[in-house]
Amino acid sequence: MTASKIATRTTYRDALREAIREALHADERVFLMGEDVGRYGGCYAVSKGLLEEFGPERIRDTPLSESAFVGAGIGAALNGMRPIVEIMTVNFSLLALDQIVNNAATILHMSGGQYNVPIVIRMPTGAGRQVAAQHSHSLEGWYAHIPGIRVVAPATVPDVRGMLWTAIENPDPVLMFEHAALYNMEDDLAEDAAPVDLDRAAVRRVGSDISLITYGGTLGKTAEAAEQLARDGIEAEVIDLRSLRPLDTETIVASVAKTHRAVIVDEGWRSGSISAEISARIVERCFYELDAPVGRVCTVEVPIPYAKHLEERALPQVAGIVAAANRAVTGGG
Amino acid sequence: MTIQSAVHSGPSAAHGLTLFREMLGIRRFEEKCAELYSVGKIRGFLHLYVGEEAVAVGVTQALTPEDAVVSTYREHGHALARGVAAGPILAEMYGKVEGCSRGRGGSMHIFDASKRFVGGNAIVGGGLPLAVGMALADKLRGIERVTACFFGEGAVAEGEFHESMNLAALWSLPVLFCCENNLYAMGTALARSESQTDIALKAANYEIPAWPVDGMDVEAVEHLAHHAAESVRAGGGPCFLELRTYRFRAHSMYDPELYREKSEVEEWKKRDPIANFVSILRERGHADEAIIADVESEVARMVEQAVAFAEAGTLEPEEELERFVLSEVGQ
Repeated sequence: MTASKIATRTTYRDALREAIREALHADERVFLMGEDVGRYGGCYAVSKGLLEEFGPERIRDTPLSESAFVGAGIGAALNGMRPIVEIMTVNFSLLALDQIVNNAATILHMSGGQYNVPIVIRMPTGAGRQVAAQHSHSLEGWYAHIPGIRVVAPATVPDVRGMLWTAIENPDPVLMFEHAALYNMEDDLAEDAAPVDLDRAAVRRVGSDISLITYGGTLGKTAEAAEQLARDGIEAEVIDLRSLRPLDTETIVASVAKTHRAVIVDEGWRSGSISAEISARIVERCFYELDAPVGRVCTVEVPIPYAKHLEERALPQVAGIVAAANRAVTGGG
Repeated sequence: MTIQSAVHSGPSAAHGLTLFREMLGIRRFEEKCAELYSVGKIRGFLHLYVGEEAVAVGVTQALTPEDAVVSTYREHGHALARGVAAGPILAEMYGKVEGCSRGRGGSMHIFDASKRFVGGNAIVGGGLPLAVGMALADKLRGIERVTACFFGEGAVAEGEFHESMNLAALWSLPVLFCCENNLYAMGTALARSESQTDIALKAANYEIPAWPVDGMDVEAVEHLAHHAAESVRAGGGPCFLELRTYRFRAHSMYDPELYREKSEVEEWKKRDPIANFVSILRERGHADEAIIADVESEVARMVEQAVAFAEAGTLEPEEELERFVLSEVGQ
């Protein structure tokens, strides 16, 4: 944590709730809408207590109608509001894909700049909780394919606090992916924690031997891998992308130009993925700087299974990241 | 206005001529569009509204400038009736930067924020959730405005229709749902796609006041639309109009119309909303040859000017291709 006079220990969940609270207080155009965000308190308890504080008009429980309530959020945004729409999990967002891709992402351009869509669509993503194939996928990279939306994946407590408010103030649709394993994560949060912009990656660990590029739920594993590598004398630089669209290519390029090696860690599948995009950009921009092929640690290409050992085997793990980094550094390819 | 006042005072000649002029304007404008399509001035998809003019003109009479309209890909008629200028609509089809949407949308995506015309939406049913959300925004801020949402009967097969009906009724939102039932979802007849073909009944099942109306009768449409819009505006929650109409032309310019008999089209053409309304105006003594000729030439001038505007338009510089992917202030 940065040095700050007052910092409190807080969870990712509480920091996010605090950011939403602050937005609801600061701007009367803001409201929260989604399945079980009100009386239930949010599927992951993010909105717990907000109904009592802000009432059912602004903490709005919806029926199980993802397309209609996401579309209604877009319509409300077109008509002057600043909605935050919570989708219970990333897989359910597919039921609203029409509204996200065909409306939220297109209307500004298709209307010749007349109608912008200032909406924030939040959803948990990712695996690791044994909830099987329809509640565990990581589709944020897929959304990052779409021009017209922003895709962010805050990986730290200060980031989730700081990015939510920036996202609400942004005039365009922002999809915020919250890895479900992060909600209980604790960190110090400064009382005066600053807003976080939506465009820039963060260098979480400075190193000179290899660039480990990741985001969201795999930042912790990647940081742990970097510590293990350090014990073997390999100094890894860890880049937290924060935003998948736009991608901060400059930060990636600057790091790889320094380390000459890169491994991308992504809980998405390998084929047609954001890791493939990052790899392509590194090759386009840093081909002659590379001392080893770009490595990737991704989820095995299966629907995420229930059984604990199979799920763990499917996901990127610290050992796999360390092995990939070692291959790159020792020139094993 | 109220229903009573319209009935008791009798239809005024001036208003009748306005309805006629607006319907004829749509008809002649679109006939010109078809012509321009055949000579390659307009490309892409072009869906004409010919035969359905009484719906757009009748419904929009009930709207105020503060109200909003969410529309479909067959929206030239809605846009014109809403007061969107014909020149920019046609320039949009020409792909010119002077077009409503700078040439980015074409025929299916006419937008005009100054008229609160929130788009032609080309995903069947895709506009319904947007209309629900626009109405939610008004309700949350206590603004008494109506969002009118046009869609075809094909949309009732979509999940978004049912989700939107439920949400609008559940939250008592100020939406005027206007279902244009022209009997065919592209080439699929209503009875071939719906187990229950009574569309107003479907809406009524969501506790939404819903009425079918003869969509070929502009005064009947206007009368009902006023009644419904006033109820919506007064906070009574959504209303639903099933406007029974027919498109005289093909679904789009690519449609060989294999799915319906020519005789059926000819039967419906006997109910032409414009020709029949002209007869009514004549019977009332509100129109004669000279008046009709005047309206025709007025409309012809409008179309001519729209063509001149579109022809004189310019192409957006290619360097601007990526403008408005995101807002310029946000980039």
